[in-house]
Amino acid sequence: MSIEATHVAPTENVIASDAPATERGDALLEIRDLKKRFSLSGDFLDQLRFKKGRLVRHQEHVHAINGVNLDIQRGEALCVVGESGCGKSTVARTVMGLLSPSEGEIRYDGQRIDDLSARKLLPYRKRMQMIFQNPYASLNPRMTIQQTLEEPLRFHHPEWDRAKVADKVETVMRSVGIDPDWGKRFGHEFSGGQRQRIAIARALAVDPEFIVADEPISALDVSIQAQVLNLLMDAQRERNLTYLFITHDLAVVEHFGTRVAVMYLGTVCEIATTATLFDKPRHPYTQALLSAIPRLKDDRPQHIRLSGEVPTPVNLPSGCVFHGRCPHANARCKAEIPLLQTQPDGTRVACHGVEEGRL
Amino acid sequence: MALLEVSGLDVRFALRQGEVRALRDVSFTLDRGERLGIVGESGAGKSVAAFSLLNLIAKPGFIAGGSVTFEGQTLNTMSERALRRVRGHRISMIFQDPMMTLNPVLSIGEQMVECLKAHRRISSKAARAIALDKLQQVQIPSPEKRLDQYPHELSGGMRQRIIIAIALLLDPDIIIADEPTTALDVTIQAEIMALLLDLCEQHNVGLILITHDLGVVSQVTQRMLVMYAGRVIEQGPTREIINDPQHPYTQGLINALPQMATPGEKLNQIRGSMPSLSNLPSGCAFHPRCDFRIRPNGEPRAACVEQVPGFVDTGNCRVACHMVAEMLEDRRLKEETP
Repeated sequence: MSIEATHVAPTENVIASDAPATERGDALLEIRDLKKRFSLSGDFLDQLRFKKGRLVRHQEHVHAINGVNLDIQRGEALCVVGESGCGKSTVARTVMGLLSPSEGEIRYDGQRIDDLSARKLLPYRKRMQMIFQNPYASLNPRMTIQQTLEEPLRFHHPEWDRAKVADKVETVMRSVGIDPDWGKRFGHEFSGGQRQRIAIARALAVDPEFIVADEPISALDVSIQAQVLNLLMDAQRERNLTYLFITHDLAVVEHFGTRVAVMYLGTVCEIATTATLFDKPRHPYTQALLSAIPRLKDDRPQHIRLSGEVPTPVNLPSGCVFHGRCPHANARCKAEIPLLQTQPDGTRVACHGVEEGRL
Repeated sequence: MALLEVSGLDVRFALRQGEVRALRDVSFTLDRGERLGIVGESGAGKSVAAFSLLNLIAKPGFIAGGSVTFEGQTLNTMSERALRRVRGHRISMIFQDPMMTLNPVLSIGEQMVECLKAHRRISSKAARAIALDKLQQVQIPSPEKRLDQYPHELSGGMRQRIIIAIALLLDPDIIIADEPTTALDVTIQAEIMALLLDLCEQHNVGLILITHDLGVVSQVTQRMLVMYAGRVIEQGPTREIINDPQHPYTQGLINALPQMATPGEKLNQIRGSMPSLSNLPSGCAFHPRCDFRIRPNGEPRAACVEQVPGFVDTGNCRVACHMVAEMLEDRRLKEETP
């Protein structure tokens, strides 16, 4: 995001996009004003209520994402961080087409993909792949590793003969450090770290250019986390991959990410390059989040304690979604929703306090 | 004498496939008001260690040897009846998942009063007053209201605060906390850990903190044990181990953390994974993953494969590693022949 120009009036570019119009061609993936609601009220008949002698339709929604704008540049690793319930996984799933957005657009390589039919989406599916959090759940227990890895190849390359598929599977297994001789084994015969390698191999099998990784190392032990993270970084270097990396672990972000987007309750509150964000966090929530990482050495600043808990996404707070826990909130924060504004160093922050120069 | 003394603890699980030794020769002490961390990856035996202190190992597991001594009483040979007077009273426990620990059909107040009445002859009214006081101590907003709420009405962070309040109810001497913040978000985790630390310091309560998070251990505890495949491999003052780990596994664990590496560079990984307890390698259980089983001059160190390493003292720490033992021996010889 360092290329972002500052001459564009901030309010203008907030509404339109994450990057100024002139540079929009560069982004591999553009997310525009994305909103996703999940209904809590069941189907039509469940929604009907009898009130004062009249039949009323009553609907309640979880507002998982409320207007997210993100651009992912080619070759970068954009990390999305936030606490549970902030909508980071929903962003990932919506991007992959596993969920359809309630509002907004997703553009891949300039082409809108969120409204495509399954058939038309097929060529894009090959270019974008996903790695899930739990390798115990994401591998089919009834398929051998060989079958698991062959499946995407047969599906996306029906013209390939058996030898070519087997050859490709062997290459991809080697590239993630799994012995090709283990192909006849089933998922349960492997450890968590090995399973996650297999899940990565499955994603890499069709030679994608874009990978969405949803908490890929959260279920793993520390020593295994390092192995998998190294593998992901090697793959990026060798294949020039672009990542959308979802995580709650800020230490991983600091190591892995090119840029970071911090999410809170369905909105992005700060986007910056990794170095800038860790060096100079602007948004009060980012500051609190960073100060909460347990560090090995005792040189960190005092932990900023937030009061209260994350509000429910069913009834969103008015104004800035963070105002209830923010130590710097004032009347304006309670009334007006802050928009992402570009700072001189390219960081984009959605905070009235930062905008007014109070913080 | 130490408040709690664990020596040579040996826990086994009699499985159909044969006996699995989950804990071998674990020894440590805890003084009054001291905070001890037990660190390791999943399967290292840290939770088994915590559970065995109060003889909470369920069948097919059993304590096969060693002793847990608390104020001169041996807990592992005590009758269930006598043990009940220690459990939850003098030594209380905090578990990982706050949803699983609280009874979903009793209100918070009922659970707290129940616990007090089980251990003390006390009126319900007095018990409720104590409960309220403890809820205030754990800084729960509107504690009065919480007493009549049910666990499902509270958030994860709030539930864990209630659990801490319950653990503190009878003013215990020791709290054993098994991954108390693993199920929580970072900001909530930081608050809960700070709270636990404050309360332990205020009331001079000892803490045994089981965790896989080295960051948490380094901020909360004074001493720590590092476990690998059912054994303690390094123990000593937390600061010393974090700043200058001796055992290759501890070194690997600390160096594998993303915060220890330059951003964008490769992380220092430990290759392979922890062996299964039913199929441990010979000698030092870590040797297949260890680079130091080969001496700097290229010749393999046979002891690593053949012999289980005993503890050697390195100043304040104790380390179970042949390489460290050899290094110390060399240093000693050099000092003797100037």
